[in-house]
Amino acid sequence: MAEQSKAVVQVKGLHKSYGDVHALRGLDLEVGAGQILGFLGPNGAGKTTAIKIISGFIAADSGSASICGFDCESQSLDVKQVLGYLPENNPLYLEMRVVDALGFIAAAHGLSGVQRKDAIDRVVEQTQLQEVYWRQLRYCSKGFRQRVGLAQALLNDPQVLLLDEPTNGLDPLQVVEMRKLISGLRASKTVMITSHVLSEIEAVADRVVVLNHGVKVMDKNISDLADEQLLAVEFCCTEDKLREICQQAHATVEQIVEASKAGRCQALVKANNLAPELVANLAKAAVALNVDVAMLSPRGHSLEHEFRKICHDNGGKE
Amino acid sequence: MRLLVIARREFFAYFESIIGYVVVALFSALAAALFFLVGDVFFSYNQASLRHFFANMPMLIAVIAPAIAMRVWAEELRSGTVERLMTLPFSIGQLVVGKFLGVWAVFAVALGCTLLAPITVEMLGDLDWGPVIAAYVGTLFMAGAGLAICCFLSATTTNQIVAWMFGACVLLVFNLIHLLATAVFVPRWLAELSLNLDMSQHFNAMSRGVIDLSSVGFYIGVMVVALVANTLVLSSGRFR
Repeated sequence: MAEQSKAVVQVKGLHKSYGDVHALRGLDLEVGAGQILGFLGPNGAGKTTAIKIISGFIAADSGSASICGFDCESQSLDVKQVLGYLPENNPLYLEMRVVDALGFIAAAHGLSGVQRKDAIDRVVEQTQLQEVYWRQLRYCSKGFRQRVGLAQALLNDPQVLLLDEPTNGLDPLQVVEMRKLISGLRASKTVMITSHVLSEIEAVADRVVVLNHGVKVMDKNISDLADEQLLAVEFCCTEDKLREICQQAHATVEQIVEASKAGRCQALVKANNLAPELVANLAKAAVALNVDVAMLSPRGHSLEHEFRKICHDNGGKE
Repeated sequence: MRLLVIARREFFAYFESIIGYVVVALFSALAAALFFLVGDVFFSYNQASLRHFFANMPMLIAVIAPAIAMRVWAEELRSGTVERLMTLPFSIGQLVVGKFLGVWAVFAVALGCTLLAPITVEMLGDLDWGPVIAAYVGTLFMAGAGLAICCFLSATTTNQIVAWMFGACVLLVFNLIHLLATAVFVPRWLAELSLNLDMSQHFNAMSRGVIDLSSVGFYIGVMVVALVANTLVLSSGRFR
């Protein structure tokens, strides 16, 4: 697990059930100051439940969650003062104009007069809402509504930002814009962002936690993952020979996909190299051992492989 | 004051759509029509009095209060905005009271529009404004009790129409429960209880211009019980 020297968000042994369904089964988590944590998992993994408990919206059955030292259940008012929250599906009062929606949230945080105006100006600038400032939310595009949701979450200049599926329903261009906005918060805020889209998390997060069936199954820094490359390879040789090639190329066989009697062997190979370097090393090793290369295809890094396995085990919901 | 932030949003939310205007217009029009047109009561009595105007208020409120309060929580729960609301730095109690004050203010605007009735009567004769003001204050308290009940019922469903029906039924019961006292088979204690629980019975003296403190206490008591029940329903997290 990635170590956190100064945890802003602390989650200990969180359990939550909805009837017979266990949404969370003893989740432990610490998020450090200024970190962007990606919460990844297939649908129903427990991401949103965890976020809702941390936001104080729902109570856990057992365990505890705290933000900046405030308990999310017993000190929820203190938590809400230091927290910015963008719920899943971004519920908004569509009858309100953008300026009024921001004004209401600012007032709710106790901002008035010049303070309120300054806060609204700041988030409008940050989220580029000038174009729709006077527009009723009903008539704003989905992209602008998401930005308004994010602007509302930023109004109190929170220390911790919880973003539940912030790119849900956005078109590719809007997704890129939203990623830029979130990346821009790096270092100034502690951000927890949920998604079931791997590329989403890779693009913005410093660290990724993968949940499945309410259990944390992976916790790694994105920088560590970038060095773990996976390749799909196919050589015209036996399984033993393939393993020898991999050994020479300083790669490990993650999985033998197929080893046919006709002298072909397919496998997934992992190594701590960049993909082009790994491809070159494997090709050189194959040539040295007089083996024909049928395929060398980069498959991303090990997170993607792990995530696919998780999703597959989960019944292919993704 | 933090409560006023919620109350103000709730109040203006009504007038950002057509609902608020329809409710205000409907209430004033019904109140005026029942007084001036139905049964020819006002003109046949030939008195500058609003007693019959206020006599219709309990039933009018039984229809209008649920219409004002039906969306208070049902719409928040249906649209999911309750999640944003409850993650703002307010306690559930503050949200409940703030929203209640907002809808009470909407009713006050609707009631204010009926001032045309006493002004018209004043133009036709010599109206004694003391009882009229007392009756208006009584109407506000009675509506407050009705609205608090309907806010609570609105928090039990995600459907506004169901919330309106629940509200109208419960307020009708609270306005007709005194009829139990007229039944021969009903024990004396039950008859007295039914009279004490009846909202229209408490309003009788007020409609004549007498501010009865026990009735004011009754309405405030109903408001407190309903608002506490509302807070408990939302705290239970049933819809979360």
